[in-house]
Amino acid sequence: MRRLLKGFAAAAFALLISAHARAVEIEYWQYTFKQRVDTIDTLIQQFQAANPGITVKQVTVPYDNYRTRIAAAIPAGEGPDVVQLFYGWLGDYIDANLLQPLPASTFDTAAIDREFFPFVQGMKVGGQYYALPTAVRSLALFWNRKLFKEAGLDPEHPPATLEELVDIARKTTKRDSAGNLTQVGIALDTAGQDVQWIRQILIPEFGGVPYSPDYRKVAYNTPAGVAAVRWYTDLITKDKLSTLGFLTDGVTAFRSGKAAMTIDGSFRLGAFDAQKGLDYGVAELPAHDGRRSNFASYWANGITSKAKGEKLEAAAKFLAFITTPAAMQLWMEKVGELPARVALAQSDAVKNNKTYGPFVRGLSYAVATEFVDETQQRQVMMDMLDRILIKNDSAEAAVASAAGEEQKILDKRK
Amino acid sequence: MVRHPGRILAFTVLLLGGIVMIMPILFMLLTSLKDNSEIYELHLLPAAPSLDNYVQILGHSPFVRWFSVSFGVASLSTLSVLFFDSLVGFTLAKYRFRGRGLVFVLIMSTLMIPTEMLVIPWYVMAKSMGWLDTLWGIAFPGMMSGFGVFLMRQFFLGVPDELIDAARIDGLNEFQIFWQVALPLVAPALSALAIFAFLGNWTAFLWPLIVTTSPDLYTVPVGLASLSGEFQTDWEMIMTGSAIATIPTLVVFILLQRHIVSGIMLTGLKG
Amino acid sequence: MSVARRQAVWAWIFLALPLAYFGLVRFWPAADAMSLSLSHWNLVGKRQFIGLANYQRMIEDPVFWQVLGNTFEYLLLGLPVSLGLAFLVAYHLDRIRHVHALLRALYFLPHLTTATAMAWVWRWFYQPAPVGMFNAWLQALGLPQQAFLRSTSEALPAILVASVWAALGFQIVIFLAGLKAIPRSSYEAAEIDGAGGWQILREITLPLLLPSFVFLLVTTSIGLLRIFDLVYNMTASGDGGPLNATKPLVLAIYQSAFARMDMGYASAQTVVLFVILLCLSLLQLRLLRPKW
Repeated sequence: MRRLLKGFAAAAFALLISAHARAVEIEYWQYTFKQRVDTIDTLIQQFQAANPGITVKQVTVPYDNYRTRIAAAIPAGEGPDVVQLFYGWLGDYIDANLLQPLPASTFDTAAIDREFFPFVQGMKVGGQYYALPTAVRSLALFWNRKLFKEAGLDPEHPPATLEELVDIARKTTKRDSAGNLTQVGIALDTAGQDVQWIRQILIPEFGGVPYSPDYRKVAYNTPAGVAAVRWYTDLITKDKLSTLGFLTDGVTAFRSGKAAMTIDGSFRLGAFDAQKGLDYGVAELPAHDGRRSNFASYWANGITSKAKGEKLEAAAKFLAFITTPAAMQLWMEKVGELPARVALAQSDAVKNNKTYGPFVRGLSYAVATEFVDETQQRQVMMDMLDRILIKNDSAEAAVASAAGEEQKILDKRK
Repeated sequence: MVRHPGRILAFTVLLLGGIVMIMPILFMLLTSLKDNSEIYELHLLPAAPSLDNYVQILGHSPFVRWFSVSFGVASLSTLSVLFFDSLVGFTLAKYRFRGRGLVFVLIMSTLMIPTEMLVIPWYVMAKSMGWLDTLWGIAFPGMMSGFGVFLMRQFFLGVPDELIDAARIDGLNEFQIFWQVALPLVAPALSALAIFAFLGNWTAFLWPLIVTTSPDLYTVPVGLASLSGEFQTDWEMIMTGSAIATIPTLVVFILLQRHIVSGIMLTGLKG
Repeated sequence: MSVARRQAVWAWIFLALPLAYFGLVRFWPAADAMSLSLSHWNLVGKRQFIGLANYQRMIEDPVFWQVLGNTFEYLLLGLPVSLGLAFLVAYHLDRIRHVHALLRALYFLPHLTTATAMAWVWRWFYQPAPVGMFNAWLQALGLPQQAFLRSTSEALPAILVASVWAALGFQIVIFLAGLKAIPRSSYEAAEIDGAGGWQILREITLPLLLPSFVFLLVTTSIGLLRIFDLVYNMTASGDGGPLNATKPLVLAIYQSAFARMDMGYASAQTVVLFVILLCLSLLQLRLLRPKW
């Protein structure tokens, strides 16, 4: 009897193993963020129910170390089959042969061109898409109603133009008797979103262009570019309405109710909502001379070059699944990021939403810069600001030297 | 003490210095007791101290699990480091043989490569051995350290050769001499090494992060890092996490520090 | 078997397993990582041999020289300050009989904390007044405000202060162990000879402390030349700024390897670090060889 049982168990076990062997397992990687992880878990369950032969294993990595973790896994042939990457890394990843084009059998290039936001075409290299986002982001102005009221301002009237912004910032900046800032009109943080604000928004609003249309040439070394940069640094040096590093970082400054305004992305809503006693509003970015601009960014899903054969097939299916309208809807509800498909994002329900509305309106005219090396290009901008703010270089000189350095980075792309 | 005004002055200065030393830590502890709405107020003391942040971290993450992984890995590595590093240190200090200098320099040279450059080869190795995402995979790079060998060698140099020769005459074999005669003489150094080895493994971040994929195998630092996301700057949580992570090392230090500077009369360091 | 041969055999028996371990887990990966310095490799695909091109690029890169300068600045400023402070504290702690353990713990505590958390606390302290503690003190004393981390000249020393703070406990413990090892009889003999406090310090304490001093000199130098965590966590977006003013070699290596996946260049910088550390350590060990 016992022997029989043992035999039975062994047979069952063997069956289990073979069933397991027949199922294709793929790995999906993204950075750790509770809502994102939970949402992907939900999507995986739905996907597996619809595709019994495929299992998807989600691996998450702390945000700061996401790239390091991927870099360490790749030489050993480990790592994800489907990977979430910041859109600005696409160039690096393709150069490193890390990604393969999305199979044309599953992904119709013309349909993607039509249905997704136009800036998603940045994921298209040589006529083929390499990655697709579930959700997209844009920037907006956050303002603190309580501080507006304290300064005698209308708490429902955020600045619509840069002139208004300076005016309001002036009224909401507070100093102690020794002249030290105790509350800033606007939280500035070059390690946060300010580099994007200057490069993709202020420069166009001052009548310039950051790059040539193919993103191969730096184009901001013009009077308009200099004027935009100077306007920003004047907030600190001339008007003294803010300072870099106030309360260590921009988010902390705004969260703590010591900054009347800040420029940030839709991804920040969660952090501000969690802050007790913070009554804030969201508005479209202030315009200048009737011009508006916005910066779109996104995390996209790509298929790594290690996925082959049935894994590639499974990966393509899964990637298609997490970029369906239904997945985007779920992502918006759970994570709070905007759908990457235009029709869904521009629906009235989203557009008129008090929080999402300003971001979606910004998306309609937003651009997503193509980067050769996002990290280095951002560093050039930060260094440019530091030259003006710390070294007292003129805006002209700092912009010119930044343009030269960034052009060198752009020239590295073949 | 009263007879030495100089000493009273020295004591006072030392005490003040000690208080200055722990100010950043006090700041960390006080911040961890604050509610997030008052965290950025300038007053140092929390208006209504609360353990909510601790409850939040301990209650909403597999912290106990991470804790036991960290503790297991750190204890295993510490035991291994204590044994092997002192064996090597003893050999380098007390035996004369060709190649001794070279072995010492080679082992010292392992201190000179940043871990950041080793993780990729380690990962390839761990993969081929099937150690990815296992406890042993986290632990294996820390099983011996050049640092410990150096420390123990310096201490064993101070053990008088006469004692070892006497033990040989008594008929002890070489391992017995190491284990029964020499090792007890450097107990203080062992305690110091135990603290440093445990601490080093407890706070190790990059390698445990890279070798693990399941949250079940996260160590405390990796787990804490996973709690702070892309755009989160919840400093009160980071302070709380850090305070929690510091407690075990503090316990280890308190348990072992007594041995570091007592009983050391018998021996000491020699260059 | 002669005594000498017997000893050698035992030595190699004891060393066999550890050397195998060091060979596999340290030497081989290190050699592998350093051999990359002659290649171009972006983590996938073949390693492409390019001779000394990475080194050439390094020599021509002004940032590399700045980073190298920063690295030595950390060493040259940090070494005397941290060893001097550690000795002073240990020397006086050693002479105190009361609440010795508590005081020792106060000085050791910083060594137990995590760099990420402490880096933020230090950043907070370095802010402008009234939030930043240091500037608030300066103001109270009527002294001018300092930019600290937002200054190209002050940021490096400001980070170094945090680094010295974090390592001090370790150095004190080693010095204390060294001080306790000095036999009472040496002091008593000197006192009988009528030697004064300074004379005892110079003629007895310092020479007998040489071995622990050598250990600390070597390990502290290595630690300072490999500084990374605090710089990464105390500068905006971990870039070693402002304007690369605080970037040490290990941070440059880290950025090349993991932000740019430029393993060859990262490796060439690692080789430079390795050579510097090796030369420096050998020099220190040789110069401070015991005379007896």
